[in-house]
Amino acid sequence: MIGLNHYLLLGTVLFGIGAYGVFAKRNAIAVLMSIELMLNAVNVNFVAINRFLQPAAGMGQLFAIFVIVVAAAEVAVGLALIISIYRHRKSVDLNDFNLLKW
Amino acid sequence: MLIQDVMTFSWLIPVLPFLAFALIGLFLHRWPKWSAACSIAAIGVSFFLSVLIAVEIFGGDPGRAFEMSVRWLEMPGLKVDMGILIDPLTAVMLLVVTTVALLVQIYSLGYMEGDPGRASYFAYQSIFAGSMLGLVMASNFGQIFVFWELVGMCSYLLIGFWFGRPSARDAAIKAFVTNRIGDFGFLLGILFLIIVFGTLNFGELAALIPDYHNLAVLLPIAVLLFFGPVGKSAQFPLHVWLPDAMEGPTPVSALIHAATMVAAGVYLIARAFFIFSQVPQAMLLIALVGGFTALLAATIALVQNDIKRILAYSTLSQLGYMVMAMGVGAMTAGMFHLRTHAFFKGLLFLAAGSVIHALHGEQDIWKMGGLAKKMPITTWTFVIGALALAGIPPLAGFWSKDEILLGAFAGGYTGLYLLGSLVAFMTAFYMFRLIFIAFFGVSKGAEQAHESPPVMTGPLVILAALSIGAGFVGSPWMGNVFGLYISTPGAVHHPVNPTIMAVSSLLALAGIGLAWLIYQKQAVSAEKLRQRWPALYHVFLNKYYVDEFYAWLGKVFVDAGARVLEWVDLKIINGAVNGLAYLTGSSGRTLRYAVNGQVQSYAIWVMVGLVLLLATVLKTVFTVLV
Amino acid sequence: MIMNMDSLVFLIISAFTIASALGVVLSRNIIHSALALILTFLGVAMNFFDLGASFLGLVQILVYAGAISVLIIFAIMLVMKPDSAATNPPTPSRDTHFIGGLLAWLVMIGVGMAIGLTRWPAMASEPAEADAVGTLATLLLGNYVVAFEAAAILLLLAAVGAIILAKGDENP
Repeated sequence: MIGLNHYLLLGTVLFGIGAYGVFAKRNAIAVLMSIELMLNAVNVNFVAINRFLQPAAGMGQLFAIFVIVVAAAEVAVGLALIISIYRHRKSVDLNDFNLLKW
Repeated sequence: MLIQDVMTFSWLIPVLPFLAFALIGLFLHRWPKWSAACSIAAIGVSFFLSVLIAVEIFGGDPGRAFEMSVRWLEMPGLKVDMGILIDPLTAVMLLVVTTVALLVQIYSLGYMEGDPGRASYFAYQSIFAGSMLGLVMASNFGQIFVFWELVGMCSYLLIGFWFGRPSARDAAIKAFVTNRIGDFGFLLGILFLIIVFGTLNFGELAALIPDYHNLAVLLPIAVLLFFGPVGKSAQFPLHVWLPDAMEGPTPVSALIHAATMVAAGVYLIARAFFIFSQVPQAMLLIALVGGFTALLAATIALVQNDIKRILAYSTLSQLGYMVMAMGVGAMTAGMFHLRTHAFFKGLLFLAAGSVIHALHGEQDIWKMGGLAKKMPITTWTFVIGALALAGIPPLAGFWSKDEILLGAFAGGYTGLYLLGSLVAFMTAFYMFRLIFIAFFGVSKGAEQAHESPPVMTGPLVILAALSIGAGFVGSPWMGNVFGLYISTPGAVHHPVNPTIMAVSSLLALAGIGLAWLIYQKQAVSAEKLRQRWPALYHVFLNKYYVDEFYAWLGKVFVDAGARVLEWVDLKIINGAVNGLAYLTGSSGRTLRYAVNGQVQSYAIWVMVGLVLLLATVLKTVFTVLV
Repeated sequence: MIMNMDSLVFLIISAFTIASALGVVLSRNIIHSALALILTFLGVAMNFFDLGASFLGLVQILVYAGAISVLIIFAIMLVMKPDSAATNPPTPSRDTHFIGGLLAWLVMIGVGMAIGLTRWPAMASEPAEADAVGTLATLLLGNYVVAFEAAAILLLLAAVGAIILAKGDENP
């Protein structure tokens, strides 16, 4: 029987894959996509907990909606930043984005 | 007139000069003439009110007093009132202060003519007059301390009035610092009073103290309170500031450093006499300090050459007299002498100022000479003042000085009586040494001298009249009206002793005669006397080396302490600060390589933190489960 | 062990989601990554349907698979280099791969252990009632209306900020 733990494990695996993507990619847009993976993992957890623990309250789904809203805002600003930097450096490689250092 | 009517307006007496000060400081300082007029008008009205009050007080019963006050601040264990207390003592002081202040301010019109700082001079004079009047009208120790400090500040400002001169600056600082030592003790005494009795009001304290017999507490209180007069009235060992204070303008010396402010210490002893009279040891200390100061200053005055310095040491000596009178219990005599001294010493200073004014700043008596013909009014008023100071009957000084000597003799202090008589002899000698050298004799470089304008000689004449007449209120012929009013339960009064009167008069005459022999007739050579006792001469001339001793003390203790603290500051405190800065800097230099500009390396650290957090949570969970 | 229908559906959806997620991370072509990301979003949406949150599943498809994916692909188009084969290379440093992988594994193991150790309260076997949208609407416009408004302002600010950032300087 599939229970809460299975869904939470799915979320964990998604989160882990996203985390690895954040470290292992050079392209800034790819890093942004990996972050989206992590956010989705969180959403899966929210909805699963909502379903199995308090189905009537609907709080998990509500929080998932807020996460989606924030994620949408984050993607918009993040992509705008990347394009803005690209205009100056002609690159989206994170290793080239080293303006803010010692 | 009803007493209440005058008393209700008595608070105006100190407030008016303060108002004049504010008016000059804020608006009138561009127009020196208007500043002077404003200042003189304010003190004039104060003088008029003081006369009304004196009429009221001395027209009634001796015990009459008027007091009103408002609560200033209150907290557990401390109540401070602002109030005024008017009794015969205050009334006398009011008369003296307003009279001398008014005359000195009028005189200043002539003396300060053309000085660029006239407006601020009159502003300072006003604030001084207001503070001094507030001091004598204060109804409690807290308030008296406030005004005590204010007059000290005015003294500082006026000594350093010609601040372009380094010597004036140094003298002002010296006066301020020396007074600080005395005021510190005074403040400690006041705090002691609050702690022990819970009140500072004179009336309440006077009711409490006679029933308080713990001498171990009263003695420190009395001695600490006496610190205040020692500083302000320039008693040994804090006397060193007063001679240097002569750097100020001469009218200032007359008003502040001869007639009023320095007498505030004596007034304080009289005001707090109910405390001192309970402690015989403190009384003895006061008498000895006063007597010693009188002798010390008189001997120094014998050999000085600066006209103002001679008068300054004479003031010191007379203040010592008053303090000694307080110490032997003759409080009435002390206050009486304060009053007459204010008149004749004010006169002497103003006359000296007239001479200095005529000679364009010359103060050395050996460069004067023969002034009697050129400046008759100045000369003869000066002689009247000197006669009064020397104690020649029937001038004012005779009656008051005689009262003090009588108090000392009848009180059983024979040593102090002899000392006082010796000082009286020396006083007559040095005053007439000054007169014979400076005013008579051969003129030396003072040919162009001329009499001062009427605005200066007028006050001289008035003060001369007062110096002649002011003593009669305390004379036996008038039934000693003064003693009837100015008296407290602790003060003693003695019947007149004709022998003492005769002896002191003869001593004064002998002093004058000796001065005449040496300096006018030149029957005895001053040079020979000097060569005969060279050590004594140099000790007197150098003021017993007290200044040098203090300088040495400062050098040895203060400088050594400063050197130790400098080492501590440079090595330890600076070292700590520099070490901290170095630590911060070097750690910053090391840690900055963590900021490499690579976003992913920051993300790795975030993730490391997450893993550590997880590990901590899991460890807790395992601990709970196992 | 009985493999019933529910379990089978979950396993298939999960395997699909994880496979597409790996595709996002491992693909060397950024376009392929983006497409795999869309598949992942769809897989997650299917998970939501499976969990009975059909409204949220629809939102997921609309917002993520629809809007955000298009946004990302637009951004890729704007910044793409001519040789599209090497658009999404992994970091050259082996250490970074190692550390990143290690940390990802540590997180997964740690959270997995935490999940295994947790004692949950009573589970609801039934999915929620059909009217989840009504419940969400009541919450959003009731107790959480302030958060709702704040989210609206956040979106507005993000839109304005994105425009200003992407527009760049007037005089470069």
